[in-house]
Amino acid sequence: MTAPGSVTPPETVRGRLAIAGLDISFGSRRVVAIDELRMERAEIVGLAGESGSGKSMTTLAILGLAHTVGATVSGSIKLDGQELTGLEQATLREIRGSRIAAIFQSPQAAFSPVYRVGSVMTKALRLHGAAKPEAAERAVEALRQVLLSPDLMRRYPSQLSGGQLQRVAIALALALRAEILLADEPTSALDVTVQAEVLDLLRDLRETSGMSILFISHDLAVVAELCDRVAVMRQGLIVEQGQASQVLSAPASPYTSELLDSVPKLAGAP
Amino acid sequence: MIESPIMTPRQVAVPRGGAFWRGLRANPLLMVGGALVLLIVLVAIFAPVLAPHPSDAGTATHAFDVLKPPSAAHLFGTDQVGRDIFSRVLFGARVSPVIAVVVIAIACAVGVPLGVAAGFLGGWIDELIMRVTDVFLAFPPLLLALALAAVLPASLTSVTIAIAVAWWPWYTRLIRGQAASVAGRPYVEACRALGVSRLRIIVRHILPNSVTPLLVQVSLDVGGVILTASALSFLGLGAQDPIPDWGLMVADGQNYFTPDWWLVTFPGLAILLTAFAFNLLGDGLRDVLDPKRSFLP
Repeated sequence: MTAPGSVTPPETVRGRLAIAGLDISFGSRRVVAIDELRMERAEIVGLAGESGSGKSMTTLAILGLAHTVGATVSGSIKLDGQELTGLEQATLREIRGSRIAAIFQSPQAAFSPVYRVGSVMTKALRLHGAAKPEAAERAVEALRQVLLSPDLMRRYPSQLSGGQLQRVAIALALALRAEILLADEPTSALDVTVQAEVLDLLRDLRETSGMSILFISHDLAVVAELCDRVAVMRQGLIVEQGQASQVLSAPASPYTSELLDSVPKLAGAP
Repeated sequence: MIESPIMTPRQVAVPRGGAFWRGLRANPLLMVGGALVLLIVLVAIFAPVLAPHPSDAGTATHAFDVLKPPSAAHLFGTDQVGRDIFSRVLFGARVSPVIAVVVIAIACAVGVPLGVAAGFLGGWIDELIMRVTDVFLAFPPLLLALALAAVLPASLTSVTIAIAVAWWPWYTRLIRGQAASVAGRPYVEACRALGVSRLRIIVRHILPNSVTPLLVQVSLDVGGVILTASALSFLGLGAQDPIPDWGLMVADGQNYFTPDWWLVTFPGLAILLTAFAFNLLGDGLRDVLDPKRSFLP
């Protein structure tokens, strides 16, 4: 935690997320109860668990969007010390995209089919205050950073592959200079080689931009490969969290062991 | 910065405007429907030039030419007051199709925003809008329009209002379903995650992604509205003599049907042709605008 009143150098990304006592409920039914989850600058935190364990609801809550699916949120979500829960939607709209960005499981479905990729990017940048020429420039630069040709900006989403679109989504987060990237199963819909490329890209990004990434996945093999720290969720609770190497090699919770055992292994592999 | 070769885009044919026209040509339904609709539009525009007796579309009467069968002088014959039916049928293209366009414009202007609101916002707004819509949908549109037109003074304006009131709920229901389905798509969530406002999501994403079935429905409905307007005119609730409305001409001619068949037949064929043309156009559009087809972005 930065000391109160300390000035953060403008060049660094200040991404730092602290969740405490977070409860998410549908009516009287509580679906997520997280005591504590923290993310430091340039840290990749894995949020692992089976379907329905509350991983995606947690992402929605961090974005301030849980109400769109009818859930209520209480507790504390702090971004660099600023409390996000209870903020007005208008304020949250400014934070979403510009400071907290999200990428989703199915990149093809996450782009409206009627707009060109470049128009989606520049519109989003302009929404968060970039002037027209600057928006185009930043979009091109970000695409280069994720190793895509800026020519893709003239294409429609249906003309790009899933891997390319996921790169575009990541490029957009980069262009928006988001401090926190919520990656909700970003590789589950991609084939294995493309998945490896996207994981490499996320790792590079963390190093070059200092972005903090919350990586949500049910795939412990991927989590082990990418993340610094891991939180394992089950039925809305975090059953275990700690350094990725430790949690995944010597799990303290029987549920984590169970999840680990479910990772398919090649016959004969150790 | 990552030092690596830039990934080149896959070679994919980028659709240009030409692809849309190729799609049109490959679809004979749409070609024929479109050509017929164009013909009707041209007839409506150039009726004063095309009609051999333009004044017969108005109050002119010709006592010595009453009920003449079709001939070179009067292609479709003359009616009970001696007016040239061919001229009146041509001028009729300015009545029914215009009513149809106005009715559908009103119905869309009312129905689409309500449908989008119901589908996207959901909750009690959805319930309220859809229950009101259900009340209107409970009556057959012709019956509802008939009841309304009977209360209003007999005029084309009344017919237009009456049909529009009966028509909008169908668009609300159509668009509501579309909007609700689009509202649940991941790109809408992605928009929210980017901080896009609800109004902007509606205008920029829900509408363009819901509008395809509406285009098809509209073109199919033009025929239906023309038939309804003609029915109301036929029943004496719409156009009044001497307006050359096709439905009214059929109504006025029915007493002369035997032996003077031409009074009813030609305006009736005009109604048939127009309804047919717009139905072809609608069916053709439905094929071309199929969301799975790639040339529509």
